[in-house]
Amino acid sequence: MDLSEAPRIATREAYGLSLAELGKSRGDIVVLDADLSGSTRTKYFAQAFPDRFFNCGVAEANMLGVAAGLATGGKTVFASSFAMFATGKAWEQIRQSVCVPELNVKICATHAGLTVGEDGKSHQMLEDITLMRVLPHMTVLVPADATEAAAAVRAAAEHDGPVYIRLSRASTPVLFPEDHPFAIGKGHLLRDGTDLALIACGVEVVEALAAAELLAQDGFAVRVIDMPSIKPIDEDLICAAAEECGAIMTVEEHQVCGGLGDAVGEVVGARCPVPVHKLGVHDTFGQSGTPTELLAHHGLDAAGIATSARALLTTLAADNKKGRA
Amino acid sequence: MVLSKELKLEVERTARGVREDIIRMVNAAGCGHPGGPLGMADFMATLFVAHLNLKPENRDAPDRDRFILGNGHTCAGYYSLLAQRGLFPREELLEFRKFGSRLQGHPHRSAELGIDMSTGSLGTGLSVGVGMALAARLDGHGSRIYVASSDGESQEGQIWEAATAAAHYGLANLTVLVDFNNVQIDGHMRDVMDVRDLREKYTAFGWHAMDVDGHDVEAIHQALCDAKTESERPSALICHTVIGKGVSFMEDQPGWHGVAPDNEQAAAALAELGTG
Repeated sequence: MDLSEAPRIATREAYGLSLAELGKSRGDIVVLDADLSGSTRTKYFAQAFPDRFFNCGVAEANMLGVAAGLATGGKTVFASSFAMFATGKAWEQIRQSVCVPELNVKICATHAGLTVGEDGKSHQMLEDITLMRVLPHMTVLVPADATEAAAAVRAAAEHDGPVYIRLSRASTPVLFPEDHPFAIGKGHLLRDGTDLALIACGVEVVEALAAAELLAQDGFAVRVIDMPSIKPIDEDLICAAAEECGAIMTVEEHQVCGGLGDAVGEVVGARCPVPVHKLGVHDTFGQSGTPTELLAHHGLDAAGIATSARALLTTLAADNKKGRA
Repeated sequence: MVLSKELKLEVERTARGVREDIIRMVNAAGCGHPGGPLGMADFMATLFVAHLNLKPENRDAPDRDRFILGNGHTCAGYYSLLAQRGLFPREELLEFRKFGSRLQGHPHRSAELGIDMSTGSLGTGLSVGVGMALAARLDGHGSRIYVASSDGESQEGQIWEAATAAAHYGLANLTVLVDFNNVQIDGHMRDVMDVRDLREKYTAFGWHAMDVDGHDVEAIHQALCDAKTESERPSALICHTVIGKGVSFMEDQPGWHGVAPDNEQAAAALAELGTG
């Protein structure tokens, strides 16, 4: 997949545009923001449907409670802020007021992960997948590109119940065509191979594809899977990868504790045991820098992923040899 | 509007029933929170009998009034009111807090029971009330949203986020009833964390706020009528009450916030309430 010519659109931009589009046909959609509507792109909806947009100010806990109250009145509510504040400051309200009563609230959080960049560790939310995944009744989606983000927003609007969508600030290549099939609970096989399976989400899907290209030059056939639905997760796709590749490497711009890697590991451990090597942020906070610098620092750019994959493939080959000896 | 003699008698009868039910329920459960709801019984009965239009026939109506018990731990009294209004059989009250019961230790949203929101974690209710009030306004419903809260709950920052938002959006269809009994779990409020004058605070936040004797059903009724005449501001009734009201050995005693009476104490309490 040559992405050098692909248009670059941030998933937050696709979110804002698709939400404003949905607003035309779905009069039940109400949108909330916490004084970040320019950055989260809910401003497009606010401009088109001012009567159905409420700015809650810098008060995220209240915003999630308001979202719950609107949902009890039959509204489909989209509530946005940065991932740090939407899931960190308001976690208890999401638990108590949204997930406990199973209300139709969609938390669409932007500026997730390391690729926030220069704002640094206070804003680089690396724990949100964990915080949302652990909640009963919550669906967790991490789209890989603009097309998938728009599809995830439409799927969330159709789904009856709480949904978390993790979105990015950075502009990234558009990977998928308009007719890209998207469904909650489904992943996508993007590149076949049987030496190793890379399972990635969000901005790391592009990096994983590029890493697979680098590894192909070394003679390795690496499978790449896009896993936008973290909860529920595509167990069959994971197990097929485990059985056909013999080892899995997960890639996410998130703490390895509780994120995509652990979600994959839970399935593999229970159903199809093979080694699962988890790439992500290892028990540390971020720092200021460009997205490119930060991904490289954490070994989460294509070169870093390829380096880790080579090391894993070498170890696995040595283990195999020992096993045969 | 004056509370009619018949309605006043019904409010008083209902409040008496609430107090008896609380003692029986918490005694049967062996745990729970009797003090708070005993103090709230008079204003809650006034609300449920004379104002809130929730009954079995309209429980599914989207345009009926809504109620949220922000201080969810006081739900023994709330459940009694729902049962007395016919939402479910009164016998079921003795299942309170037991395994498999619909009457959970803190309220859980239930269309069947007429429970409009899950609560229990202090501070969350008023925000949900703001959302309900916005939804009612968007749909053009003339319904009202009532939230019960408390002085202790007012220590939560989220209450003031919600108070700011309610005034900003001009939610005249929202009314909060704050149980001000000066007591919280760890002691009297002045010894733990004094929230001071809540009428002044709500007023400063842009609300129509009133101090009311929380045991004077006519005054409560009048204040709830006043709230309905507001066209731009949300209303706050600061209901001054005595925790444990009606049971002499529980009155103004922080120790009865969250402790169940044993059989002997329950019998003594019911005797004082006139039904022992």
